Amino acid sequence: MAIRRGRGVAAVNYPTGMNLGGDPSQALVHSTPTGNFMVTLSSVDLGQGLKQVMAQICAETIGVPTERVIIDTADTDTGPHCMGTFASRGTHRIGNAIIQAAREARHVMLEVAAEALEVNATDLDTDGEGNIHVKGAPQRSISIFDTALTAHFKLGLSISGRGMFLVPRSYPETETGAMKPSTCYAHACTVADVEVDDETGEVTVTSVKNVFEIGRALNPRMVEQQLVGGSWMGISHALYETTEPYYPSREHGGTDFNEYLTPGPGDLAETETIVLERPATDGPYGAKGPGEMAANPQIPAIANAIFDAVGVRVDTLPITPERILRALKQQRAAH
Amino acid sequence: MKLAKDYFADERADGLHEIGRGLPRADLPGHVTGKTKYFADRSIPGMLHLKMVRSPHHHARIRGIDTSEAEKHPGVVKILTARDVPHNVYTILILIQIGPEDEQVLAEDKVRWKGEAVVAVVADSERAANEAAAKVKVDYEVLPAVFDMDEALKPGAPVVNEYHGQNYYLYDSGECRKVRFGDVEAGFAEADFILEETYRSSPIEHAPAETTGCVVVPEGNDRFTCYTNTQAMFFTLDNTSIILQMPGHQLHLVGGTVGGGFGGKVDVIVEPIAILAAKLTGRPVSFVYSRYEEMQISSPRAAEKIVIKDGVTKDGRLVARKVTGYTDAGAYSRHSPYGAQKGAAHYPGPYTVPNVWIDTYCVYTNRTPSSAMRGFGVTIADFALEVQMDKLARLIAMDPLEFRFINAYRDGDMKAHRQVTEGAALIECMQEASRAASWPVAKRFYDMSSRGEG
Repeated sequence: MAIRRGRGVAAVNYPTGMNLGGDPSQALVHSTPTGNFMVTLSSVDLGQGLKQVMAQICAETIGVPTERVIIDTADTDTGPHCMGTFASRGTHRIGNAIIQAAREARHVMLEVAAEALEVNATDLDTDGEGNIHVKGAPQRSISIFDTALTAHFKLGLSISGRGMFLVPRSYPETETGAMKPSTCYAHACTVADVEVDDETGEVTVTSVKNVFEIGRALNPRMVEQQLVGGSWMGISHALYETTEPYYPSREHGGTDFNEYLTPGPGDLAETETIVLERPATDGPYGAKGPGEMAANPQIPAIANAIFDAVGVRVDTLPITPERILRALKQQRAAH
Repeated sequence: MKLAKDYFADERADGLHEIGRGLPRADLPGHVTGKTKYFADRSIPGMLHLKMVRSPHHHARIRGIDTSEAEKHPGVVKILTARDVPHNVYTILILIQIGPEDEQVLAEDKVRWKGEAVVAVVADSERAANEAAAKVKVDYEVLPAVFDMDEALKPGAPVVNEYHGQNYYLYDSGECRKVRFGDVEAGFAEADFILEETYRSSPIEHAPAETTGCVVVPEGNDRFTCYTNTQAMFFTLDNTSIILQMPGHQLHLVGGTVGGGFGGKVDVIVEPIAILAAKLTGRPVSFVYSRYEEMQISSPRAAEKIVIKDGVTKDGRLVARKVTGYTDAGAYSRHSPYGAQKGAAHYPGPYTVPNVWIDTYCVYTNRTPSSAMRGFGVTIADFALEVQMDKLARLIAMDPLEFRFINAYRDGDMKAHRQVTEGAALIECMQEASRAASWPVAKRFYDMSSRGEG
C-alpha cells in the first residue's frame, strides 16, 4: 500500500455564446452634462465582474478613462433587452453591443468638439485621459467635460448611442447535422498531477497547470479570477460533486454542505494559469468567452492522471475513493 | 497568471488604453465589506412568505387535494393550487420556439418527480407557511417510476411525461439530433484499432452561496416589482407574462446582483408563482429556496451516458468517430433538449476526423428535472472525449500529447457539422502546456501552427 503519483493531460475547445446563435443583446450609452458616460443594460452580473469589463469596453471605445463610465444594469424598466448571462456569452455579445453604442456616442462627441474647435471631426482624436485634440496639434484641444456641456447647453445635442448584437440563428440540417453552432471558440490544455492513496482511494491533486486561449484578456485580473475559480470547480466535478451519489438510484442525495461534498481550501491544487490571445474576428477587442470552459479540461486531465498513478480507469464521474477502491480490487482479482 | 504574448502577436494590436488593464472591479468594496445589497436584503413591511408542498413520490396520480386544515392554520393568508395559475402548463424555451409546453407550474393531475411543487402556501411568517404546508393533504395513487435512461428507452417503460408521449425529446431530426460526416463504417474498416468505451456522470448541483429566490412588491398601479437573482431578466419577464397571462408592462424586474449562478438561475421557477401570490393577496411576497431545495429541487447538471467508438491507425490518425450521447432530462425539458443538441455540435471535439457519426438523445426519467449548468452539453462530453483520447494513445503506444497534436484541428479544416475551422489555437495551448509542465514532445510538434501546415 502506497501513495502513487500520476500525471494526465487534456485539451479542449469551447464555443462562445448560445449554441446556434439567435441570442441578442442591446446597450444604450449616453453622456451626462459633465461628460461621464452611462451604459444602460439589462444584463446580469453573476459575480464574475461583467460590469467592470463592460465599463472598460465602453471607455476604450469612447476614449475616456474607465472611471468615467457607469454601468446601470438589470432593471427591465430602463435596460434594453439582453438574452441573459449564460453560455459564455456576456463579454462577447454584450461587449459588441456596447462597442456599437459607444461608437455612435463617440461620433456625436467628436462632432460637438469639432464645432467648438472649428475643425473637422475627422481631424480629432481622444487622448484617453478625458480630452479631445486635433491630430498632430495636441495644444488645440477641449476637455470631454466641456464638450458635454457644449452639447447639452449650447447645441442641444444628445451624446448618445444605441448598440445591438445578434448572431443570426442557425437551424441544423436534419439528416446531416450541418449547422453553425458558434462564431468563435476558446481553447485550453491542462496538465494535472495527482497522488492516489491505493489503500484509501483518496486522490490529492497536487498541481494543475492550465493554458487557456481566450481571444483577448480584456482585464487580466478578472480573467485570472474566473479561470482559477473555474479550475477549482473542475477539480470539484472530477472528484467530489453529485446530488445522486448512487445514480440512477435516487437515494442518499445530499441536502446541505455537510452531505454534498466540495473541496475545501486545503483540497485545492497549486494552480498555474497561462493565457494566450488569438483575437476572434467578431469579438469585442478580440475577446471570446472562456467562462464555462474554465472548468472543463481539469476533469479528464485528473481522470487520466489517476490512471497514470494506479493503472485503473474510472469512467464514471465523480471519481470517488469508493470507485477507485472497487476498480483496484477488480484489478487485483484479474491478476 | 502569465500572459503568453509571443503567440499570435501579429494578429493583435496591443497598446490600447483601457483594454488590458487589470483594474479592480468597481463593486468589490461593497462585496468584501458586506454592503452589497442582494434581493433578500430587502425587508418590506407586511411581507408574506411562500412555501411549497412537494411530492413525496417519484411518480403518482393526484386523486385529490384537501387544503381545509391548512387554511385554518394561524397566519395563513392564501393557498394556491393549479387552478389559480392562468397558464399552468409551460416550458421555458417556448420563447425561442422549442416546445412542447410540458411542465405544470403546480401539479394538477400527476407528479413526475419527488419534490415536484403541488400546492403553494402563503403565510405571514416562514414558520406558519411551513407548518400549514405540513397540513395540506394530497391523496396520491403511486405509479411505477423509471430512473435509468436505458430502462426509460425500452418499449413498455412507464411514460414519464405525457406531453411528449415517449421518454425522449422528439427533434425535427427524429429521436435524436444527428450529425453525419463522411462514411463512418468505411473509416472503421481502414482503422488498425477500434476502441469502444462508455462514460457516465451523475447530476451535479450549482452550489451557489446565495440560493434561488425573489421578493415581489405589488405597486398599487397594477404593476409588480420583482427583486430577483435570475441570470436572465427578460427570459424571466417574458415567461412570467405567459404563465400569468399578464401583459409584460405590468412586470418590473430588478436584479443584477447575484451570489453565484453557474446556470442554476436560468430556469423560471420562483418568480411566476411569487408574483401570482402577490397579485392574489395584494401584499409583498418572498419565495426563497432553502438549502435543501437548492440541492435537491432546483435543476442540477444532467447526468449523461456517452458511448464513443473510435477507429485509429497505427501512426496515430483518428479515422472514424461514432458518438452516442444520452442526457438525463429528468421529468421535464427545461433546458435539456438544448444541452443535448449542443453536445451534437461539440463532438467529435477539437480534432479533425474525416468520418463522424453523432446521435444525441434527451431522455426523460422520474427525477428532478435537469437544466442549464456551466458548460452543459460540453463539460461531460469533454471528460469522455479526453479520457478516450488518453486510452487511444496508450492503445497505439504513443505519447498522449503527441497523439493530440497529430489530430488537432487547424484553420481551414472542415468540421463534422460542416463549418470550416477558423481561429484555432489548440496546438498553441498544447505547446505552451508542454513547456510549462516540462512534458517534452518531438520538435515537429513545436513547429506546428493552428494556421496551417508547419
